[in-house]
Amino acid sequence: MQIQPILVALRRHRVATSLIVLQVALTLMIVSNALFIVQTRWVHLSRPTGTDEAHLFVIRNEWVGKLDVAQVDARMRADLATLRSMPGVRDAFASEAYPLEGGWGLLAGVRRQPQQTQRPQFSIVYFADEHALDTLGISLLAGRNFRADEIGSLGPYDRVAPAVVIITRDLAYKLFPDGSALGKTVYLVGGPTTIIGIVDVLQGPYAGSTTRTIDEDSILVPARLADPAGAVYLVRARPGELPALLQAAPAALLANNRLRVINPDGVITLAEARAGGYATDRGVAIAMGVACVLLLLATAGGIVGLSSFWVSQRRRQIGIRRALGATRRHILRYFQVENFLIVSGGIVLGALFGVAANLMLMKYWELPRMPLWVLGMGALLLWLLGQVAVFGPARRAAAVPPIEATRAV
Amino acid sequence: MMAYYLGLALRSSRRSRALTALVIVLMGCGVATCMVSYAVFRATAADPIPWKSNQLFVAQVDNFGPTKTYQGEPPDLLSYTDATALLAASKAVRQALVYPVSLSIVPGDSQRQPFSLPGDAVTSDFFAMFDVPFRYGSHWSAADDAHRAAVVVISDALNRQLFGGADSVGRVINLDAHDYRIAGVLDDWNPRPRFFDLASSAGGAFGAPGQIYIPFGHAIDLQKSSSGASYCSSTDDSSSHGPGWSAFLRGECVWISAWVELPTAADTRRYRQYLGNYAAEQQRVGRFAWAPNVRLRSVMQWLDVEHVVPKASKLSMIVSMGFLLICLVNVMGLLLAGFMRRALEVGVRRALGASRGAIHRQFLVEAAALGLAGGVLGLLLTLLGLSGIRLVFEAKIAGLVRLDPALVLLTVLVAVITTLIAALYPVWRAAQVQPAWQLKSSG
Repeated sequence: MQIQPILVALRRHRVATSLIVLQVALTLMIVSNALFIVQTRWVHLSRPTGTDEAHLFVIRNEWVGKLDVAQVDARMRADLATLRSMPGVRDAFASEAYPLEGGWGLLAGVRRQPQQTQRPQFSIVYFADEHALDTLGISLLAGRNFRADEIGSLGPYDRVAPAVVIITRDLAYKLFPDGSALGKTVYLVGGPTTIIGIVDVLQGPYAGSTTRTIDEDSILVPARLADPAGAVYLVRARPGELPALLQAAPAALLANNRLRVINPDGVITLAEARAGGYATDRGVAIAMGVACVLLLLATAGGIVGLSSFWVSQRRRQIGIRRALGATRRHILRYFQVENFLIVSGGIVLGALFGVAANLMLMKYWELPRMPLWVLGMGALLLWLLGQVAVFGPARRAAAVPPIEATRAV
Repeated sequence: MMAYYLGLALRSSRRSRALTALVIVLMGCGVATCMVSYAVFRATAADPIPWKSNQLFVAQVDNFGPTKTYQGEPPDLLSYTDATALLAASKAVRQALVYPVSLSIVPGDSQRQPFSLPGDAVTSDFFAMFDVPFRYGSHWSAADDAHRAAVVVISDALNRQLFGGADSVGRVINLDAHDYRIAGVLDDWNPRPRFFDLASSAGGAFGAPGQIYIPFGHAIDLQKSSSGASYCSSTDDSSSHGPGWSAFLRGECVWISAWVELPTAADTRRYRQYLGNYAAEQQRVGRFAWAPNVRLRSVMQWLDVEHVVPKASKLSMIVSMGFLLICLVNVMGLLLAGFMRRALEVGVRRALGASRGAIHRQFLVEAAALGLAGGVLGLLLTLLGLSGIRLVFEAKIAGLVRLDPALVLLTVLVAVITTLIAALYPVWRAAQVQPAWQLKSSG
């Protein structure tokens, strides 16, 4: 198959050819970037929190009236005892945030030296006690759990100054890349503290994208935050008991003490929190996916339309070629190669557009750099699409009988 | 003549059905995606108080310092120290301090569970400043502010829930174990976006409206902390202040929005000057170790800084415009093919005396008709898209989006105009046909 005659023929349809090239280029630009966004969102929203999500739920409890720290702490202890004594509950603890919450968590700067002037390593605080690891369903990689006598009680405006902490593997590695974090002393704003345990994965409460770099850098502080505004109870149900507990657990707390508010939307399973926290991410992924499909259909439609037009315009030329001995296969091949050349032109241009668009998105939407394989995938998709779209018209062209050469002369 | 052109268009569309249908479907899809994303964008980018949004400003004072601010921007909320200083200076026509609070109601009937109500702690100017409508009574007085009185303004919805919608002014309700006298009941008031406590509200710009408003000073006395954002110059709350509420108030934590009403440009200039002087004074007395860094932003500037329009909305705007562009390039190619196929017809018409202008008009009318049909299809698809919008955007944003006459008109107009633009080149090419050559070659 010679390419030269195809190029000569295309030169006679300069505008129509460049329209298809432009269209393929724009399609590649948008489809590759959109697919990349879908991919990053998908990776983001399918990350595990490291916890036993299927059996965890959260009760958001607000206190009524003006209470002091000691009163709040006493009530929290009574509540936890009530929750832990329920038959369907495996374990429970109190914190101020929970994974996938999507709200604001407490950030803490961790320094390796007491007088360190450079930026501390930021981490996300969970208040915890000796029941926290079992409740969350996370396991210690090294070290030990908190002891009951290490759990302090903090007022809302008190300094966070625990004697010991448990940190995640991620944070341990960032603080001590040589893997020697266990037993080391680090410095929080409130003073020095010793790392007594390292847990595997525990995601912070932020589901959004702005804290992605420290999402798994959590630090467990052995304290109950006795905030007069309220507390969050994390409860792990025994298998099969979760649905019943969603009603029974808040009811048991209210029976304990009625001067509290547990709003209907204050009892949330982690599965619900996951759906809610990532709603936007999933929405964007769906929208981009739909846009890609529509776009590819539109482009395919355009190729079918223009190729059909060319075939109808060239019926006589096709007839002549057939009369001079070209087989059906030759004609079919001609249109297929022609389409391949046009789409290739579009892909070259579209790759440039695509990279440029990605650079813009990186600037405005904190998106990472698009790897080249995404462009490659897009290109492959368009080549395939072009061949599929041109097949119908090309077959009709191949069906033109040689007798056509003698018509209209 | 118009009717004749339309007749020709109809006949040609019958001859090449697939091509016509493809053009209409492409235009319909392209316009519909644009309109759906525009409808969301329009809803989220709306001006919540159009009649005076350029007279209302948020004051910002940098009390964190250059090493702790992000890109030199002062925090978007104020510390208690700065907020109360601006209020006491009284340099604006009206000024209001706002922070979100949550208060609980314990029903007398012990069978019913206590529930909490979202609201704001505000100073008395808040209501006049934002033209908040009242159904019964009015806002509390400046004297109530000064006496830190236990008064409350409740929403229409809460009034219906508690008092069956009757005039409840003067009655007493118990919130968080304190008695409050009801000073006023609001009419239906729900500005979208909810701009006045934007930086601190937990529900975000499109969250549920507040139910209760209590005096700022009274909330401070109750040691009511913000139910929304509150952050401190150090990442650990505790290092910015000592233990306890009064140390928290004195510390460098920010959690209050300060609004000022400045009717004229001269007022604005003067206030900006005052803010700068205030920060300079703080530097002089040694509280700030940095040059004054203040901002005074109008409502719309504030909405922009706070990124009220979701990023997903802007992104979908860009993608849908790209989609429309691709559809247009596509339509241009198809129209070119369609018009050139009718070179013979053009040749005959030209030979029989039709001018180039007449050919232009004929094909433009045809393109406009296609655009109109695409617009109508686009309208149907827009309706379909708007009903599916909940899949993409959060319910509270999706709930704001609706189809109104302006959007209908815009959909059709965009379809017709963009189709005409795409048709310009094909029409020009069609009119270039040489009558004699065309007639001869087609014998």
